[in-house]
Amino acid sequence: MSTSVTILIPSALRPSVAGLVEVSVEAKTVGEALGVLTSTHQRVKGHLYGEDGRLRSFVNIYLNDRDIRELEREATPLAAGDEIAIVPSMAGG
Amino acid sequence: MAVGVSAISTEATHEPAVWGLVGNTPLVPLVSGSVPGEGRLLLKAEWANPSGSVKDRAAREILRAGLRSGALRGRRLLDASSGNTAVGYALLGAAAGIGVTVCVPSNASPERRGLLAAYGAELVETDPLEGSDGAIRRARELAERWPERYWYADQYSHAANPRAHYLTTGPEIWQATSGAVTHLVAGVGTSGTLIGTGRYLKERRRDIYTIAVEPDGPFHGLEGLKHMETAIVPPVYDAALIDATVHVSTEDAEVRVRELAREEGLYAGWSTGAAVSAARRLLASGARGPRGEEPVVVVIGPDGGQRYLSEVGRLLRDPAH
Ligand SMILES: Cc1ncc(COP(=O)(O)O)c(C=O)c1O
Repeated sequence: MSTSVTILIPSALRPSVAGLVEVSVEAKTVGEALGVLTSTHQRVKGHLYGEDGRLRSFVNIYLNDRDIRELEREATPLAAGDEIAIVPSMAGG
Repeated sequence: MAVGVSAISTEATHEPAVWGLVGNTPLVPLVSGSVPGEGRLLLKAEWANPSGSVKDRAAREILRAGLRSGALRGRRLLDASSGNTAVGYALLGAAAGIGVTVCVPSNASPERRGLLAAYGAELVETDPLEGSDGAIRRARELAERWPERYWYADQYSHAANPRAHYLTTGPEIWQATSGAVTHLVAGVGTSGTLIGTGRYLKERRRDIYTIAVEPDGPFHGLEGLKHMETAIVPPVYDAALIDATVHVSTEDAEVRVRELAREEGLYAGWSTGAAVSAARRLLASGARGPRGEEPVVVVIGPDGGQRYLSEVGRLLRDPAH
């Protein structure tokens, strides 16, 4: 069953989602939620995924503050109200 | 037999001995196999600085400025940093008895957060989704709220940041190459390294080329670097001193980091990989010096790979290309 979750968008990606800070999607897994995000906001896709279709190396995805690499990666199941955060490396000095 | 004890003299400056260890980093020639085309590629190994990054230079010069002006009397140094400047302040501040408070996005590498804890700095974690601009906003708020407690140094605006490189990095490169350097290639975060070093080198030889290296977009994995087109442009950035800007993808930088580690025994950070990638592209395109001579390209390597060990998996993925 799909459930409603929130995806938190980092400032560097907001211009690709019409300035939104968060996006709500219906999905069963983390991977599916990101798929919904990238099909609704197609400009995000090339930022998150490489040509091989995998998440790019430096893209960290957190589900309720836990790195999905420590969970079941993109197959990690979702529960209602979950928060997914997309966290890139830091720019700056 | 006399036993020679060589110690760092601090008598002239009254500065702590570790402050004297900043700078004078090695300039390492990269082996020819990894250098396309004609010319030489020399890597300035900034991880040899005491806290492990190029940012020790700016941190020391900013601390000096704060001591000289009296701004640090009875106050803590406060700044925003993606991590390396924070670690530099923390180490140098500890040695001089200066309190250090740094605003760092909470996605800073665990290695950096561990170092800040070791040196006893006060860490204010900021929202990782807001990136380095979020850390800057937080530092401004703290400074406004408690002006008697903090001196907000602001490395993005402070003239001591580029000045540190004008006084040290530039002269070191000039001397180490006996004035033969034709190109300076450096990634830009605050841009202090490129601007200060470039300013010095262009004073010595006006037609030296300076090349800025930036990520190819706002969303990238090149920690320490900024995509200027979409970021707050730092006040120390001086476009007039930059001859060209090269954009590098995170993936290209990763390929170079891996190659440096595997072929040269130099495990460097992501921004070094980006700068080496840009320099290689330059040489591969047949670039010559300003007077048609064989190019001598100096590339700044801001920090080492050990600072990113928790991300070593990025090197071990099968490359997509
Ligand atoms: C790893 C790394 N590379 C490059 C830079 C950029 O140096 P600058 O701020 O002098 O432009 C920084 C700055 O913090 C950094 O930490």
